[in-house]
Amino acid sequence: MPSVLLIEDAPLVRRGLQLALSRHGHHVQVVETGEQGLREIDQAPPDLVVLDLMLPGIDGFEVCRRIRAGSDLPVIMLTARGDDLDVVGGLAAGADDYVVKPAQPAVLDARIRAVLRRSTAEADGVRTHGDLQVDTEALTVTLRGAAVALTPTELRLLLTLSRAPGRVLTRQQLLEDVWEHGYLGDSRLVDNGVMRLRGKIEDDPGRPRYVQTVRGFGYRFGPV
Amino acid sequence: MRYWPRGLRSRLVLAFVAVTMAGAGAAAWSSANSAAGALVTSTQQRLTESAVAQVEALAPQVQYPPDQAELDRLARTLGPDTLVRYPDLRPAGAELPAMITDDLRTATATGERVYAQRIVSGGRPWLLIGVPVLRTHPDGSQEPSGIEVYSVHDLSDVQEQIDGLTRSAIGTAALVLVPAVLLALLAARGVLRPVRELRDTARRLADGDLDARSQPHGADELAELTGTVNTMAESVQESMVAMSRMQTEARRFAADVSHELRTPLSTLTAVMEVLTAAAPSMDADARESAQLAIAETRHLVRLVEELMEISRFDSGTAHLRIEEVDLVAAVRECLRIRGWQHEVAVRAPEQLYWRADPRRLDAIVANLVANALRHGRPPVQVSIDSRAGQAEIAVTDSGPGVPDGALDHVFDRFYKADSARSPAAGSGLGLSIAMENARLHGGHLMVENTTDGAQFVLQLPGEGSRR
Repeated sequence: MPSVLLIEDAPLVRRGLQLALSRHGHHVQVVETGEQGLREIDQAPPDLVVLDLMLPGIDGFEVCRRIRAGSDLPVIMLTARGDDLDVVGGLAAGADDYVVKPAQPAVLDARIRAVLRRSTAEADGVRTHGDLQVDTEALTVTLRGAAVALTPTELRLLLTLSRAPGRVLTRQQLLEDVWEHGYLGDSRLVDNGVMRLRGKIEDDPGRPRYVQTVRGFGYRFGPV
Repeated sequence: MRYWPRGLRSRLVLAFVAVTMAGAGAAAWSSANSAAGALVTSTQQRLTESAVAQVEALAPQVQYPPDQAELDRLARTLGPDTLVRYPDLRPAGAELPAMITDDLRTATATGERVYAQRIVSGGRPWLLIGVPVLRTHPDGSQEPSGIEVYSVHDLSDVQEQIDGLTRSAIGTAALVLVPAVLLALLAARGVLRPVRELRDTARRLADGDLDARSQPHGADELAELTGTVNTMAESVQESMVAMSRMQTEARRFAADVSHELRTPLSTLTAVMEVLTAAAPSMDADARESAQLAIAETRHLVRLVEELMEISRFDSGTAHLRIEEVDLVAAVRECLRIRGWQHEVAVRAPEQLYWRADPRRLDAIVANLVANALRHGRPPVQVSIDSRAGQAEIAVTDSGPGVPDGALDHVFDRFYKADSARSPAAGSGLGLSIAMENARLHGGHLMVENTTDGAQFVLQLPGEGSRR
C-alpha cells in the first residue's frame, strides 16, 4: 500500500481527498502546512507527496524546492486549472506532475500510480553512452564513475530516450511513455523534465551532448 | 489646378513677401520717378536758359527785316542743331524740320514766349526749344520780329541716367527680398510652432497616449486653445482611468468569485466519488438525491472552470503555447478520448501540420462537436482542409440548423438558442470560449446554415505542411 503525504491547508478539501484516496487503496497522511510537511518527510518519508501550491507560511513552490534539495521523493502538485504561472512554477521547482483543482480522485490516483511505476523499468543490464553509464537493473546512473541522483520521472525519461539512441521521440510519445498521459497531456512536463535531466547529466546543459533538441519535433538521445 | 499653396507656412511666407515687395517696389518706383523728373526738369531749364540767352545776345545785331544771307549768318552763329526760320525765306541751319511739331511752331510763331517740348524720334528722346526773336524798339518796347529760332537737343544721356536710377531702385527692392523671406520664415515659425505642437499632442491623444499635453506659450488665442485641449485631455483621461478601474474591479471580482468557489468544489469533487460508489446500496430517494448532487456538482465545476477561462480572456492573461500540431491527429484524438469516434465522420488529408496551441485547439473542436451532437442531428462531420495561409476545420451537423434570429448571437455569453433547457444543456459559455480561443490564434469562428444543417467553421491563419 503506497503511502502518500497530502499537504493541503483547506480542512474540508484535505478530509475529502483523504477519504477518496483511501478508498483507492492509498495510505494517506495529511498535514496542514509546508513546515509540518517537511518535518513529516524528515521523520517518516512517504512514497510520494501531493502538494497544494497555495499554503500559509512557505508556499508549495518553496516546499517542493526544499524536498528536491534533499531527496528524489516524487512530488505531484495541485494547481489552479490552466494558470500557466502555477504550472510552470511548479514544474520548475521540480514537481514530477501536476493535477488541476478541483482534482478528481480517480485522476489523482492514476497520476500517483504512474509516477510510482516510473522507478520500475525493464531489466536488461548496463548500457554505456560516452561518459554516462545506465544500469537498467539496479536503476542507477553514473557519470564518469560518480553516481547521479535522479527522480523516478527523470530516470524513466533517461531510460526511454537512451533505449534508442539517435531516434527522435516527439513530446507526445514521451508524454505517453514516461508520464502515461493521453493526448491532453502538457508538453511542458516533457520540456521541464528534459531541462532537469540535462542539469544533472550534461557538462554544459546549454549545449547538450546526450539529450538533444530536434526543433519542431521533440528530443533525441545522442548519438554519442 | 491649385495655385495657392496648402501649407500655412508657405501661405504666410508668400503673403509676407508679397506685402514687403509691394512696399519696397512702390518706394523705389516713386523715388526713381521723382529723381528722374528732377533731372529732366533741370536739364530742360538749363538748355532753355542757354538758348534764350544766346538768342537775346544776338537779337540786337540782327537787321530787320532779314534777308536770306542774314538768316544764314544767324544760323551759323547759333551753331549746329539750330534752325532759323523767317516766313518768306528758306529756313537756315540743321536739317531737322520733321522733328519740329506743328504745335511748337504755332506756339513759337504767335507767342512771345519760349516753348520747350520733349519728343521721342528714331527711338531717342529729344528736347525741342522754340525761341521767337524779339525786336526791341528804341523806346524799349519789344515785339516779335517774325524770326523763329529752334534748337534740338539729344536727351539720350539724361535718359541713360534715368535708366540707371531705375535699375538701382529695382536692385534695392530685390535686395529687400532676401531679408523679407528670412523675416517671414521667422514670423511663420513663431506662429506655427504652437500650432504644430498642438497637432502633435492631438495626434498622440488620438493614438491613445492620454498623457500627452502641450505647453501653452504666451497669452494669445493659441495659448488659450492649448489650454482647452489640455483640459479636454485631462477629463478624457480621468474618465478612462475611472472606467478601466471599474472594469478591472469587475473582472477581478469574477475571477475572485470563481477562485473562491474552487475550494468548496474541490471538496465536493473529492467526496462525490465516494458517494457514487455508495449510491447503489442507498434507498431509492437517497440514491436519486445523491445522483442529482453528483450531476450538479459536475455542472458547477464546469461552469466555474469556464468562468475562470472567460475571466482570463477578459483580463488578457490568456496566452498561446504554440506547437507544430498535426491537426488531423489532434481532431481524431479529441473525438477518441471523448468516445465520439463512431458518431462523427472525419474528412481530412493524411496529415496536416499547423502551428497552434494543442490544448486550445482541442477545446475548440470538442466544443463545436459537443454543440453539434447536442443541438443538431447525426450524422456529424468534421472536415479539415488548408489553402494558402489558412487552415479550416468545419463541423457540420444534419439538424434543422440554427434558428434565424439566433445566428448573430450564438457566440454571445450565456446565450442559449433553445430556451427549454435539456438536461444535457451546456453552460452557455462554450461557444464564447471557442470564439476567444480562435481569436487568440488570430483566426475566426463562423456559423452558417447549409442545406444539411448548421455548420461551424474554424479558420486558423498560418502556413502548414500537408503530408
